[in-house]
Amino acid sequence: MAKPGFPRFDTLSLHAGQHPDPATGSRAVPVYQTTSYVFQDVDHAASLFNLERAGHIYSRISNPTTAVLEERIASLEGGVGAVCAASGQAALHLAIATILDAGHHIVSSGSIYGGSHNLFTHTLPRFGIETTFVDPRDPRAFRDAIRPETRLLFGETLGNPGLEILDIPAVADVAHEAGLPLLVDSTFATPYLFRPLEWGADLVTHSATKFLGGHGVAIGGVVVDGGTFDWEASGRFPTLTEPYAGYHGLDFVEEFGPQAYVMRARSEGLRDFGACMSPANAFHIIQGVETLPLRMARHVDNTRRVVAFLDEHEAVAWVGYPELPSHPDHELAKARFPKGCGAVFSFGIGGGREAGRKFIEAVGLFSHLANVGDAKSLVIHPATTTHQQMDADALEAAGISEDLIRLSVGLEDPQDLIDDLDRGLRASRR
Amino acid sequence: MELRVDGKRAFATTGGRTHQPGRRAVVLVHGAGMDRTVWVLQTRYFAHHGRNVLAVDLPGHGRSEGPSLASVGDMADWLSRLMDAADIETASVVGHSMGSLVALDLCARFPERVDAAALLSTAVPMPVGEGLLSAAKANDRDAIDMIVAWGHGRNAHLGGHKAPGLWMTGGAERLLEKADDDVLYTDLGACDGYRDGLEAASRVRCPVLLVLGREDRMTPPRAAQELADAIPSSRTVVLDACGHMPMIERPDRVLDVLGEVIRGGPGPA
Repeated sequence: MAKPGFPRFDTLSLHAGQHPDPATGSRAVPVYQTTSYVFQDVDHAASLFNLERAGHIYSRISNPTTAVLEERIASLEGGVGAVCAASGQAALHLAIATILDAGHHIVSSGSIYGGSHNLFTHTLPRFGIETTFVDPRDPRAFRDAIRPETRLLFGETLGNPGLEILDIPAVADVAHEAGLPLLVDSTFATPYLFRPLEWGADLVTHSATKFLGGHGVAIGGVVVDGGTFDWEASGRFPTLTEPYAGYHGLDFVEEFGPQAYVMRARSEGLRDFGACMSPANAFHIIQGVETLPLRMARHVDNTRRVVAFLDEHEAVAWVGYPELPSHPDHELAKARFPKGCGAVFSFGIGGGREAGRKFIEAVGLFSHLANVGDAKSLVIHPATTTHQQMDADALEAAGISEDLIRLSVGLEDPQDLIDDLDRGLRASRR
Repeated sequence: MELRVDGKRAFATTGGRTHQPGRRAVVLVHGAGMDRTVWVLQTRYFAHHGRNVLAVDLPGHGRSEGPSLASVGDMADWLSRLMDAADIETASVVGHSMGSLVALDLCARFPERVDAAALLSTAVPMPVGEGLLSAAKANDRDAIDMIVAWGHGRNAHLGGHKAPGLWMTGGAERLLEKADDDVLYTDLGACDGYRDGLEAASRVRCPVLLVLGREDRMTPPRAAQELADAIPSSRTVVLDACGHMPMIERPDRVLDVLGEVIRGGPGPA
């Protein structure tokens, strides 16, 4: 990333995708709260619609504020482009729908966000797309699950909630040997901690609602195209390599080369499915991204202190943070996550479900809600909330036990967080 | 459009339109280590505005079979044969960087085949620094980084792509990474070794437009002055806030100025 001659991460977090507004001189990214854009003349309009000239037509497809966020995330991830979506789930759907059809198949890590698990298990099958779940720690399991109709491998950089570290180079090798792309949800890591494209992933999604936005005020998602996957050589992706009647026979790879995927995702996926990000949300998320390096460093620092406290506490049965030697992915964490493994992790409370209830009701600074990645600290009991639609077998496969409590460590003074947790833990034992 | 030149596969995109008899042709030639896709907007625009377009992959680039050609003259010869294969007698030729030298050479040596030319990010001579050449010779990744770093203006390094959501320097890196080993070195050697440019320029008779980026660090505007002076029928446009990749950094402005030299309407079949 820190290549001579290129702006560095912290600079890109503040500047990528934006130049001071040419009309007003506005230094901050303006909120272009508009649905549509006046054409210069009839020919200009036709050229925009036909991808002969670049620009904005209608804010479902693109918007100048949202475009700043798209470029910014693409730059931070090291991709060739990005498309924002209405939410992280919309981004995941967009990423899949751009290249998969009915009859296709996904091989996914089993340790993923419950909402994504629902999409794969219950919803995509209605549209003819099946998914096989495998152990994220076993690249051979990904290979063994690949079928002739498989079109995508999927996992999370850091699994939710167990922080299973996906061995991206190994899984990417499996994918590429089979002529398939690897899509990674990197929400928990953010590009500050880990950049999946540099390790072999081809596509990245984020719930920008979380650490990218960072303040719990806006829902959004993003798909980043690494531009690395050779769609043409694979021969399995006609949406990118064959003429598309929806754009007068446009062949995306022939004309857009390494940016074929992201162009198709926008020009079809946002045009037709329409799950776009609002410019106001893009603006809020941009404010978060501007301080991403500062916040993530502090999130991790606070998390390390909280982890150390919990790891020593007699009311805690276990702590699942990859920087601890007890975590199964400790060695991978040391090698690949030198800046830390994020600020979301789980621990097991002694006394199980009832103790968990008392703990959650006793803490004060930690807010009980279904989100992560806020500047404020958050807590939840996944088995009864985010992952409640999963049956016992799926919960076990995803590494979620009934005593598991998930924390998202915020930016408060770490001693205040520790005091709050200590109060909760003492209450759990009464 | 897949063609055969010298018995080998040669590819050029037509901007999504099949060629129509009686239309004027536009041929676009990419720079070192790149391919046809750098011209995507210009290709689509001219194809949908009454021209028969060929954005070529030079041998060894994109979808055209290798090996890559070692000299600008060889590339111009090949381009002439590609036009034969595509049944194009005369065309407006647009070249970028190395491709601008190919266009220049074609103008000089095959004057009957070129009705106008646009030379983007050009200079004659076009020396290549020893550091870049040696990195390219070693197929060292640094060569790509140097080209992308030097090849984009200050604005482009912070983005602002006209096509929403595209990241300019990331796209350029991936494009250059696609080239096979030794292609970039061969191309840079061809640029460095093209010694007859000013003599060729003196023989050009068709209208020629030079399109230069004010912030271009690879072929800065002053390096094109001798060339501009040597071409009797040349005109120069210098684009502000633009480096070495004007068709990507300033795509609308490039379309506008190209439209001034690329004539529409019916032409020789």
